[in-house]
Amino acid sequence: MIESTDPLLRVRNLRTSFDTDRGVVSAVDGISFDIKPGEVYGVVGESGSGKSVTALSIMGLIDSPGVVEADAIEFRGEDISGYSDAEMRDIRGGNISMVFQDPMNSLNPVMTVGEQIAEVVRHHTPVGESAGFWRELSRKYVTGTDKESDSWQRAVELLDTVGIPDPKERATEYPHQLSGGMRQRVVIAQALAGDPDLIIADEPTTALDVSVEAQILNELLELADEFDVSVLLITHDLAVIRETCDRVAVMYAGELMETSNVQELFNNPQHPYTRGLLQSIPRITDDREWLDVIEGNVPDLINKPEGCPFQQRCNYSFDMCDKPLERHRVSDDHIARCHLHSPEVDTAAHDFDTEATGDRSITSGDSGIIADGNGGDDL
Amino acid sequence: MSTSLSDIVKTDRARIFGIRTDLIEQFVDTLQQDLKAKVGLVIVSVFILAAIFAPELTPYDPMAQEYGVFQPPTLSGAHPLGTDSYGRDILSRVMYGARISLAVGLGAVLFGGFFGVLIGLLSGYYGGWIDDVLMRAVDVMWAFPWLLIAIMLVAIFGQGFWNVIFAVGFAYIDDFARITRGEVLSVREEEYILAAENVGLSDFEIIFEETFPNTVAPIIVQFTVLVARAMLAESTLSFLGLGVKPTTPTWGAMLGQGRTFLTQAPWISIIPGILIMITVLGINLFGDALRDAFDVKEGDEA
Repeated sequence: MIESTDPLLRVRNLRTSFDTDRGVVSAVDGISFDIKPGEVYGVVGESGSGKSVTALSIMGLIDSPGVVEADAIEFRGEDISGYSDAEMRDIRGGNISMVFQDPMNSLNPVMTVGEQIAEVVRHHTPVGESAGFWRELSRKYVTGTDKESDSWQRAVELLDTVGIPDPKERATEYPHQLSGGMRQRVVIAQALAGDPDLIIADEPTTALDVSVEAQILNELLELADEFDVSVLLITHDLAVIRETCDRVAVMYAGELMETSNVQELFNNPQHPYTRGLLQSIPRITDDREWLDVIEGNVPDLINKPEGCPFQQRCNYSFDMCDKPLERHRVSDDHIARCHLHSPEVDTAAHDFDTEATGDRSITSGDSGIIADGNGGDDL
Repeated sequence: MSTSLSDIVKTDRARIFGIRTDLIEQFVDTLQQDLKAKVGLVIVSVFILAAIFAPELTPYDPMAQEYGVFQPPTLSGAHPLGTDSYGRDILSRVMYGARISLAVGLGAVLFGGFFGVLIGLLSGYYGGWIDDVLMRAVDVMWAFPWLLIAIMLVAIFGQGFWNVIFAVGFAYIDDFARITRGEVLSVREEEYILAAENVGLSDFEIIFEETFPNTVAPIIVQFTVLVARAMLAESTLSFLGLGVKPTTPTWGAMLGQGRTFLTQAPWISIIPGILIMITVLGINLFGDALRDAFDVKEGDEA
């Protein structure tokens, strides 16, 4: 048994690049993080910052011309980065499952939803029903799964668990007969069907309207808690992160800029990019006429600048910014990758108030550099 | 209490090899509203029934010869559609001919469809060099006129029922491959295919269980269109004397044999000719109805 403090998923120096005609695109550029059992871990970032590519890299689903390299992708202490396709197929759905952005498209339109869930049950749990190719083909398209079988019963049960009314009836319906919120519930049921330890939710509510969004998120988290599943929640919505996550990583141009527990990130952001993000959120109490947006665009991932990828857009940039970034511990559970936190830099001289927006001050000024590969630390 | 067919389909969520029930509903609606579709269905049904029940329905043995040669069609007489140059009953012969036409039409299209769809699925799903190799091979086939291929194949393998099916069907592999590949190219980008990978299905399972059923609609339409073309092709080959055994009654062969007597006994050629025309028309009308029903891209009703 693994200790509960051991990370469930440990990613070290993950790099995913795509060799294109224009050059090599570094979509994910050396990120490291840990997800603990039972934890809800948020990854937030702009479009194109590499959030989804990170998820697909972990699942081993980056196709040519993409190349995934990592010092380690450990799942429950076992390095899965070198797994064969067959071995990965057991992981996918069985140990790590994914919930996608758009429930309109992530269910197969020609199969009933019950069939799609029962299939996962058969593939990944010991129900003792053959999941062989011909059996599955005839079951899916000719005979249908036996309504008395364990896998079907389990599918109905799961639909009930995710809050679908009249699950017996609904299980026999096709995706187009369900509403968007219902479909996303089905997708969540499908993700739970293989009894996974980790669910990667890639912007699970982006395609839904706001009222349904809250419901679905709450249900996802309640179920994760109930089934003892960790969640890697990918989103571009800071409000969602704040409501749902235990810890959060801020991603920019394929790199993690800051990781922290969620309160500290919102109360005491220590990276200029995180601050920029937080300041660009409109608030109902605002009397600002204009939002503080971050000027400029995400850098070209083919010719990324040396050093910090954010330097061109950063209000605090100074001569050290083109040097390679290091991890600086701001507090126990809070790391920022910014030269402003380097011990030899006087933050005051750069007009960067380390206690700027927070209503919670940080306890110490121990911004020591953390050596590379130092286990258990993110970024 | 009257229950229409569409009601039955609506309440009973029958699955017919992955075709969504709302598409079947749509097809039934099309049939009910569209006169052309009804005509097509009637023609196709009559044709199929005549072919299946030819031995029961025909008044004479199609091979039996009589002294009364060149009898003109007399609807009330012993030979309603007349007799040919050997005194064989034309009605019996066209009904048996329908069997050959049906068998060759379906057989050739099934043959071409099987290999074409397989090539299209693999080519579209894997892309890369597999796609290049398979599709270039298909392009080469496409570059030849089908009749040349068919004549070549019959020349190599000789005349006969199965060889005709093979020769005609071979020419349709490229049509199916192209259509399937195009469809797979769009389906494989759908999120549900990625989702299927993500629940741990293998390539094989994803191709045949997830992708193929989503490409079925245009393939079915192509199927009906090509059945009509295959029947014409069989007639063409038989007319040229490259079809099945000469004594076997087929529409193309009858048309060809009657050519010699066109001025004296035009009905020998005209009757099978008209039947070819009507049947092909019927199948095309039927195919159009299928196309109308299936062509609608899935609406996001809910």
